[in-house]
Amino acid sequence: MAIFIDEYSRVLVQGMTGREGRKHTQRMIMSGTRIVGGVTPGKGGESVLFEEDPVPVYGSVAEGVEATGANVSVVFVPPRFAGAAVLEAVESQIELCVVITEGIPVRDALEFHAAAASSRTRIIGPNCPGLISPGKSNVGIIPAHIAGRGGIGLVSKSGTLTYQMMYELRDHGFSTAVGIGGDPVIGTSHIDVLQAFEEDDDTDVIVMIGEIGGDAEERAGAYIAQNITKPVIGYVAGFTAPPGKTMGHAGAIITGSGGTAAAKKKALEAAGVMVGETPSQTASLARDVIADIRRQRA
Amino acid sequence: MDLLEYQARELFESFDVPVLPGVVATTPAAARDAFGQLDSDVAVVKAQVRAGGRGKAGGVKLVRSADEAETTAAAILDLVIKDLPVDAVMLSPGADIAEEFYFSILLDRTAGSYLAMCSVEGGIDIETLAVERPEALVKVALDPSSGITADVARDIVEQAGFKEADKDAVAAVLQKLWTVFHESDATLVEVNPLVKVAGGAILALDAKVTLDENAEYRHDDWGNYHETSAAVDLERQARELDLNYVKLDGNVGVIGNGAGLVMSTLDVVERAGRDLPGHPKPANFLDIGGGASSTVMANGLRIIMSDPQVKAVLVNVFGGITACNDVAQGIVAALEVLGDEANLPIVVRLDGNAVDVGKAILREANHPLIRVENTMDGAAAAVAKLASERS
Repeated sequence: MAIFIDEYSRVLVQGMTGREGRKHTQRMIMSGTRIVGGVTPGKGGESVLFEEDPVPVYGSVAEGVEATGANVSVVFVPPRFAGAAVLEAVESQIELCVVITEGIPVRDALEFHAAAASSRTRIIGPNCPGLISPGKSNVGIIPAHIAGRGGIGLVSKSGTLTYQMMYELRDHGFSTAVGIGGDPVIGTSHIDVLQAFEEDDDTDVIVMIGEIGGDAEERAGAYIAQNITKPVIGYVAGFTAPPGKTMGHAGAIITGSGGTAAAKKKALEAAGVMVGETPSQTASLARDVIADIRRQRA
Repeated sequence: MDLLEYQARELFESFDVPVLPGVVATTPAAARDAFGQLDSDVAVVKAQVRAGGRGKAGGVKLVRSADEAETTAAAILDLVIKDLPVDAVMLSPGADIAEEFYFSILLDRTAGSYLAMCSVEGGIDIETLAVERPEALVKVALDPSSGITADVARDIVEQAGFKEADKDAVAAVLQKLWTVFHESDATLVEVNPLVKVAGGAILALDAKVTLDENAEYRHDDWGNYHETSAAVDLERQARELDLNYVKLDGNVGVIGNGAGLVMSTLDVVERAGRDLPGHPKPANFLDIGGGASSTVMANGLRIIMSDPQVKAVLVNVFGGITACNDVAQGIVAALEVLGDEANLPIVVRLDGNAVDVGKAILREANHPLIRVENTMDGAAAAVAKLASERS
């Protein structure tokens, strides 16, 4: 298995004809993703060559779904058009819409999140690196070469921190690594991913990376205590962040007394999560847990 | 992006939210003139800073003459409130307040929606009220597409327990405040206090507004809202170069790619410096993002090296999409561009995409300022030690 995407995922790339869209479509194809088409309004009927293979472009998500049976879309559309692009994916009943675009106004995001809530579409992001089930499918911008398949499930808001953690644990490999995004309001939460990993037979251990801002990690902690039986190792970035300053991600801001890294670490530890103080220490905690599991199985 | 009170007041006024007149002054003499312009026996002089607790800090005073306005403004303009210098004051006429209320609309991240909060007990610290008497603070989740319609406004004033005679007037103001919030792409509009004055009119006596920076492209007039004080000069320069930079108060300059990794790097540096003499700490957050060209790297290094507090620099890059050879070339090219401006040791840690080529480029350049470390922890330890020795 793996979560959310696998070798059967049929992926449409919204914004495939743009520079970023083209570059990353090439990378996704190289890492084995089944890219079935692109979507660019006004360019329906064209196609884009990747290596020798043409990938068809559709004028709308609905047309793309109709023609290809796509069940996943990934959005590389610039911020000012991204809201409409995601709404289109939701209206076309795509199962999973992964929104890579950074800088979407929150007003537009709330509109598509509200639409998705009453539909069958799961949104991941916005402002996320996407997700990868190594060796099966790679939807977004996570480099496929960092780590291979294995028993660790990884969930993180951040892109490069995801890469760093995958690199630290490349000797073990991953069932799926999900970057849920750094915006204030995102479609798929830590909790949603934790739940999916709990139910996934390929996942033995869960590594969860949090960062300052909001209360998602605190809520994830409460959820873990009640619902997760697999071992969870945590890491929280942003101990040195001062209140009131946005640290790169629109959602990474300490407001009032809430959202600090210290509070998040405490909440996770209270839920029985082992929390590392650095990425390398977190990786070594994960390694210990995996060694324990192997010993028990042996 | 937080607005100053006078900017928020002007924004309210442009949407017909009832507010008091307000005149901004940046000098005591201008405050004297402003008092004259208001044509009122009493005026309030308020410090214009992006911080709460202005009243407690002495930043809000009543004055009863032009002379008093001048001396009071002089005193307030000398204040530093929560580390922020007061560059301007706003004068408003005194109001004959009968009752004080509270109202806000904000982004509720947890619910993924907007939330309206209202209380008939306004003018006080709302966080205290929320803890001590939560029943006095009404919270209503808003549909993000329709917001505060006439029905929703009516529901809010009913739940909050306004007097029958005031309900219509308050509800009308709430609808206008929603229009401000929605049309302006705000993530916070807070009025504390919203007041009823003698005669029954409802006024927004204070105004706090946070705007969503992601929406700036559709608001041509937001250029004036960026902070201009000297304290954030480096941040402004960085913004003009499209760099994501936040000034901190330590002495280790930090550059990395990706917000999460940079945040993590700051923590690891702080940890490495904890037990060293002088306790070296990060001087900044600087995310150069994906695909960092040599120009971006040069700009980043220049911003960091122009911070006089910085004693040593750490470049921590994980090559995901970014190739480490580009980063390495960027660093070398940046040092050439900067020439003598570059005078601080730079510890570099590269990993991931094309790391071997990247390291080879740095080895070949053999630049006296560059030192390559193999791990994030090792690099943090090295840069903290350098900063400690050089302080």
